[in-house]
Amino acid sequence: MSEVRAETSVVTRSADSARPRPWYFDILIAIVAFAILVTLPMLFTSKALPDFVIRCAAFGLFATSLNLLVGYTGMISFGHGMFFGLGAYGFGLLMQRADVSIPTAIVCTLLISAVAAVVIGAICVRLKEIYFAFVTLAFQMLIHSVILSWQPLTGGDQGLRGGIKRPVFWGIDLSNHTHLYIFSCALLVIGLLLMRQIAQSPFGYTLRMIRDNPVRASFIGINVWRAKLTVFVLAAIFASVGGIIMSLFVSGAYPEFAYWTISGEGIFINMLGGVTTFLGPMVGTVLLLILNDTATRLTEHYGLVLGVVILFFALGLRKGLMDFVVDWLQSRRESSKGRHS
Amino acid sequence: MLQVQHISKAFGGVKATDDVTLDFATGSLTAVIGPNGAGKSTFFNLITGALKPDTGRILLDGTDLVGRSPPDIVRHGIGRAFQVASIFPSLTVGEAMLAAVGADQRRAGVLHRRFPLAETRDRAEYAMELLGLAGKRDRTAATLSHGDQKLLDIALALVLEPKVLLLDEPTAGMGTEERWRMIERVHELWTREKITVVFIEHDMDIVFKIAPSIVVLCYGRILATGTPDEIRKNSAVIEAYLGTEHHAGAA
Repeated sequence: MSEVRAETSVVTRSADSARPRPWYFDILIAIVAFAILVTLPMLFTSKALPDFVIRCAAFGLFATSLNLLVGYTGMISFGHGMFFGLGAYGFGLLMQRADVSIPTAIVCTLLISAVAAVVIGAICVRLKEIYFAFVTLAFQMLIHSVILSWQPLTGGDQGLRGGIKRPVFWGIDLSNHTHLYIFSCALLVIGLLLMRQIAQSPFGYTLRMIRDNPVRASFIGINVWRAKLTVFVLAAIFASVGGIIMSLFVSGAYPEFAYWTISGEGIFINMLGGVTTFLGPMVGTVLLLILNDTATRLTEHYGLVLGVVILFFALGLRKGLMDFVVDWLQSRRESSKGRHS
Repeated sequence: MLQVQHISKAFGGVKATDDVTLDFATGSLTAVIGPNGAGKSTFFNLITGALKPDTGRILLDGTDLVGRSPPDIVRHGIGRAFQVASIFPSLTVGEAMLAAVGADQRRAGVLHRRFPLAETRDRAEYAMELLGLAGKRDRTAATLSHGDQKLLDIALALVLEPKVLLLDEPTAGMGTEERWRMIERVHELWTREKITVVFIEHDMDIVFKIAPSIVVLCYGRILATGTPDEIRKNSAVIEAYLGTEHHAGAA
């Protein structure tokens, strides 16, 4: 006798859905955040700071888009980095080979990533957990080896060299470092705002239902496959925006951008920051990059330091930093409520 | 009207459903009983599209449902609750209900607006009220009691405003008192909503008291159909089911 039994994997409750805030609240936060980011270089003269923020923008968008899959839908992709790589290479190649403006190149790059994600997603999203993880990883490796072997186009293991042209558009000159900084911050804030909207939309709740119980979701009339494919494509688009920022930052593209370790870092960032809050991955990105920069400065055994930290989060806290903070705040609120009553 | 015509389903050599033909009149309340392994749950899985019958037709108001996907069948008006409460553990009761209504209104893919949608509120509210969950709307589903989780499961099916509601053992895992409360709710919902309800139940007292018509399944076949009185007097039923039960009770 076969029973349709739903697997009810209990995921810690998303703390942000408990108190719905109006949409303009997010826009307000975004404007304030953007203003702070823009004034940062004026307050601190450190040259390293703008570079750090630009890298945070690239990896933050990438990691947050991965969280749409991992945290909101329960799809653990080990190949999400391929879209970061596609973004970097697509944009870099378009700017080097085709005589197009930067906005056109960005739109075309995102279209390419979206089409790739539709094809790859159509194959992958039907697969369950571990199979989904491994097949996405396989596609990542496929794209990486195509980049390595298609030397005439991609430069092989040397990457795209010779720099990227940056024609001025709308009065923005991306060869100017300040312009590039503000442009990256703008992409980051807009990208986060759009992903936040996805997470808080009815579609975002469809994703949560699929994460909690896909069988039940299909029995209330949701086409699970289509919803998963949609979020896979959306996440790929935002990951490519991260790749585009990276490509502008290094003025080229390197095979490492499409290597599986990028996906690994994305997963790591999500573990560090936590997947139950929207901004968890952003916090994780800042943590990882700080860790990365200090560890590489202090020791050659970068991997060892990273390993210890990941063990601390995985075995010690058993959750990401933001999950930990939210739980702590919640328990404090509850205990103070208990005292007052 | 839900019509099941000559459906069969075999798993390997085992015929879980064997040439079953049944009509469920619109607005009827029917209990499906039968010993363990009689094919009751398989019967539900066939109707809801979780399993595809090997042969036969399933007609809802004349539309053949065989071969359609579960979401498609849900949209045609067949709702279902599960034996093991099938809910969304991390969502609150209210969120789950609102999201379910949104899915039914084909707004599960809406990206440009915020959850919850205003137009989903009334139906969600009504279903929560009907099943006594309104006071627990802000509770996370995972923290609900077993009985409330079963109610939420039913509410999730009911909120889609189905023509036919299939309840797979609504009282499973409950104590006697809780069983009666649950089944009274089911009965009340049937009288108020005037929809077709089919439920699987093990407790004979409940079945005979509450169901105007009963279907007895045994080894995938229909053993008997009829009113409680007819079933009680049916010798085949006594032998195959009630007899063994009583026998087991005596031993």
